Amino acid sequence: MNDARGIKPTALIIDDEQQIRRLLHACLEANDYKVVEASTGAEGISEAAQRPPDVIILDLGLPDMDGSSVLKRLRQWSSVPVVVVSVREREEEMIAALDSGADDYVTKPFRTGELLARLRVAQRHKNLVSGSPVFRSGGLEVDLNTRIVKVNGSEVRLTPIEYSLLSLFVQHPSRVLTHQHILREVWGPNSLDHTDYLRVHIAHLRQKLEPDSSRSSYLKTEAGIGYRLVEKD
Amino acid sequence: MLKRFVMENLPVNPDLQPAFVPRGHTPEKRGRLKVFFGMSAGVGKTRAMLEAARREQAAGRDVAIGYLANRGSEEQEPLAEGLPLVSPIDVVSRGRVQAEMDLDAVLARRPELVLVDRLAHSNAADSRHPKRYQDVIELLNAGIDIFTTLNVQSVGSRAEAVRQITGAVVQETVPDDILEEAEFELVDLPTEDLRARLAADGKYARELAWAAQQEIFRPGSLSALRELTLRFVAEHVGRDVISSRQAGGAGEPWKSGQRLIVGVSPGPSAAGLIRWTRHLAGELHATWLAVHVETRGRLSREGQACLARNLALARELGAEIVTTRDEDAARGLLRVAREQHASQIVLGKPQGWRALDLFRGGSVLNRLLRESGDIDVHAIRVEGRAPLPQAPGKLRIDASVLREYGVALGAVAGTTALNAVLYRWLGYHSLGLVYMLGISILAMFVRRGPTLAAAVLTTLAWDYFFQPPIFSFRLERLDDIITTVTYFIVALLIGNQTSRLRDKEANERRREQHATGLYLLTRALAQASHVADLLAIVTEEVGNAAHSDVTVSLAGPGQDDALKPYPGGGWNLSGEELKVAAWALHNRQAAGRGTSTNPSAEGLHLPLVAGQRALGVLSLRFRDHAPLTTDQRDLLEAFVRHIALALDRERLREAEHHAKLAAESERLSKTLLNSISHEMRTPLAAITSAASTLSEASGAAPRRLQKEMADEIQEAAQRLNRLVGNLLNMTRLETGHVKPKLDWCDVEDLVQVTLDGIENDLTRHRLAVEIAPGLPLVRMDFVLMQQVLTNLLLNAALHTPPGTTVHLSAAIERGALVLSVADTGPGLPPEALPQLFEKFYRAPAAAAGGTGLGLAIVKGFVEAHGGQVSAQNRPEGGALFTVRLPSSGRSLRPAFQAPAPEEAAKNRVSGAGS
Repeated sequence: MNDARGIKPTALIIDDEQQIRRLLHACLEANDYKVVEASTGAEGISEAAQRPPDVIILDLGLPDMDGSSVLKRLRQWSSVPVVVVSVREREEEMIAALDSGADDYVTKPFRTGELLARLRVAQRHKNLVSGSPVFRSGGLEVDLNTRIVKVNGSEVRLTPIEYSLLSLFVQHPSRVLTHQHILREVWGPNSLDHTDYLRVHIAHLRQKLEPDSSRSSYLKTEAGIGYRLVEKD
Repeated sequence: MLKRFVMENLPVNPDLQPAFVPRGHTPEKRGRLKVFFGMSAGVGKTRAMLEAARREQAAGRDVAIGYLANRGSEEQEPLAEGLPLVSPIDVVSRGRVQAEMDLDAVLARRPELVLVDRLAHSNAADSRHPKRYQDVIELLNAGIDIFTTLNVQSVGSRAEAVRQITGAVVQETVPDDILEEAEFELVDLPTEDLRARLAADGKYARELAWAAQQEIFRPGSLSALRELTLRFVAEHVGRDVISSRQAGGAGEPWKSGQRLIVGVSPGPSAAGLIRWTRHLAGELHATWLAVHVETRGRLSREGQACLARNLALARELGAEIVTTRDEDAARGLLRVAREQHASQIVLGKPQGWRALDLFRGGSVLNRLLRESGDIDVHAIRVEGRAPLPQAPGKLRIDASVLREYGVALGAVAGTTALNAVLYRWLGYHSLGLVYMLGISILAMFVRRGPTLAAAVLTTLAWDYFFQPPIFSFRLERLDDIITTVTYFIVALLIGNQTSRLRDKEANERRREQHATGLYLLTRALAQASHVADLLAIVTEEVGNAAHSDVTVSLAGPGQDDALKPYPGGGWNLSGEELKVAAWALHNRQAAGRGTSTNPSAEGLHLPLVAGQRALGVLSLRFRDHAPLTTDQRDLLEAFVRHIALALDRERLREAEHHAKLAAESERLSKTLLNSISHEMRTPLAAITSAASTLSEASGAAPRRLQKEMADEIQEAAQRLNRLVGNLLNMTRLETGHVKPKLDWCDVEDLVQVTLDGIENDLTRHRLAVEIAPGLPLVRMDFVLMQQVLTNLLLNAALHTPPGTTVHLSAAIERGALVLSVADTGPGLPPEALPQLFEKFYRAPAAAAGGTGLGLAIVKGFVEAHGGQVSAQNRPEGGALFTVRLPSSGRSLRPAFQAPAPEEAAKNRVSGAGS
């Protein structure tokens, strides 16, 4: 999605693997991005400082700095959307990156469609125009003002916690939220150990939003990382 | 043991040789010994040595002075200048300070050549070795060359001759053995010049005084000494020449086929005999044995010590030791001689006459001569004090002996009383038989001494009390005289015989005890399956058998590893003791009490050597301070051999185990490589061909082809990805890096996420999912368990025909979470069941695809959670895999009731909670 002014958005790729950079470059350009490349964390930071991009793709396996350090530095002076790329076994790394300010993640090997979607989502939030407080996706309708939740037209009664949970997701649609983030926002900083609360309430929420289906199509579990509210068109 | 002597610690007199003596072992590169040899002090040996050393130094060799007597004298100073000195250490012993060579410093410095003055010197007590020549041996074994000085009087085999010339007994001697391979440089001075020199030079005042005392200055003496010296060196050279000619230069001293035997007694005269025999053996190039025949009766403590010393001297001089038991010394000697094929026997001439010899048919020597047959006998006159010297004024009163005499006395008195009663009815003749009976019974209970005393007493009693005329010792009638005398003789004989029998029995019992001890030990050793068990057994058995506290220490696997005492031992080795033990280990010689190394140590340390390897050290701390008897020593040696063997066996077993593991690991690596290679290459081939098809296709490639090829590539890539994941997981399991991050997990969620992940792989099968309602949250690692379920489902899909159903269920059973995957395929071949979960195991008829890692990973991950996985065939056909995870479940959903809509509306605004 291009930004409102119709100028191509710039994507900065920070990855030490030349092959990956090449492929991403081609793919992003094919999708109307302007692409800048950097092969080390330091290079990436300086690039981002000199010519602020619209979105950054950051590989977590950089030789000179680890992803979280890059993010922390970036976040000191920039709120540019960052999507981090890592391998599947390194969940801790990803959680750390997300908690340090990354907006979303993909795991290698990834489908480019997925990456593009995440990039879009990440950019969108920065460009969020305050508009209607009503969130709509598929059969789900959430009015953040009146706190009324409707599924397929019929109202669903949620407990206060369930509502807080849902509204948190609604405020970050299509973005991954780590367990810790959710716990902190909904239950407060002293409840960071209580993933059991989280599980229970997510399960309840799912039941309420889609009682007929065994699989919830709204709240997606990102194994080992967190949850994501999936938007349906 | 009831003897209660005043236990005086026998002072360690370094000249009296100890019980355990090193047998020379030939190391790889031994140093060479050069002896500057002279007839007496003052001929200039030290000077010659220093001059030679300077020449060596000039030639570029690394020379150092280990020890130099009379250091700092004005004569020596210029010569010694320039030669680096290893500072001697001052040893405090018995109130005096003595400067001795610092052996460890020399070893550490390791020069090529070391000067060590006065080879025959005795070191101060508490030194590592009692004698300097033992220090020199150690240096030679370390590959260091030595220059040393020696007088002829100090040569072991010549000591006797010197004594005969000068009349002086030489205290400090050196055994011929170590001189065998030494090079000799004769330092000679004409006797007149020597005499002049000694008289003029003040520093020889001490030697002078001694020499004067010994009348060494009689011209005849000095010349005789000189001749002895010259002859010794000549012989030595001659021997070298012969041996090099004989062996074609191989250098080993040549031995003729002759064998000599010397009879060793527990008396100080034996030492001279032994040295004489050594001399003769040397002349004849014969091997020789020192034989001790243990006759009945036990030796006193001093006797045992003396015997041990004699045997040790013999061993040191190069004899083989044989001990045997026999009633008759002569018979014993001859038996050994015949067994060992000895051609000559050396014996000492008897001193004086012993009454008992009458009964035995002559002295030992005479009997030997008579029975010797074709064996030559040398009878040597040796001087020595009377055997078994007794400390004057000290009566050896042994409580038990006293008691036995008391018993004998009592028996005599009792029998006499009995006879007094019987006198009425029996004639006095028959009373003799009653006495006889008494003696026979008495002999069964007491020793020979009391028995014989009783025999005498009863004879007298009989005579005095009962034979006419009574109350007088006189005998009137002839037949009385004859009867009495006969009685006496018979009583003596009975007493003697019975004692002998008892002694024999005691010997037998003792031998049996030893054999049993050894048998028990070896049997226990054979059964021990673990080094720890072995060591425990050794500690106990040897401790019991040897009446000592025992500790076994094991050597580390590397060369320089420290000795590690087994913690369960009976004796905690102090640092000092440990050092001695370490010395024993590295030099493969016994060390400690009773040996020639560190004899003042607390315990005896025996190295455990099997073949070429020194495996450890057996350390014993004896509970009493007696020197070791030959019995005990033999037993210990046997023990040590067996223990070393057992240890070696354990070591080999472990090595075999490791070898097996290595071989297995090797095999697995190979399997892995083969399997991986195949598994990787297949999808790679697909990718390559699809990609090349795409790139080669002409511009207007049909869309369908593009999609098809792209799909191929995607699928192959996914397969590769899965393989890499499997490999990674397997590696993590192998290296122990799997630590599940336990967190509360929703089982339904887990199942859902798993199914989403393998959507495409299950397309050809029907999936039936059954999740029990109300499952509680379970603590597990979500990602790991997702992998477990994935692997199980993929496995099922792979091994069952398309169209069949795969069942997945989750439930709580008896407090555990049970996940099961069942299929309706052909099931598992029964022979595959035990190995199913092993790495790389592929069932014989498995379809292609799969590295055999999937199930192994399942097992690894499940077990990392503390759970179990099992596989079986279902009765209705197909395979069933069951995973059980411990669950401390928490209820997931409280009872849920949807409120009525009006209520909902009412509650909406106020936000009532649940």
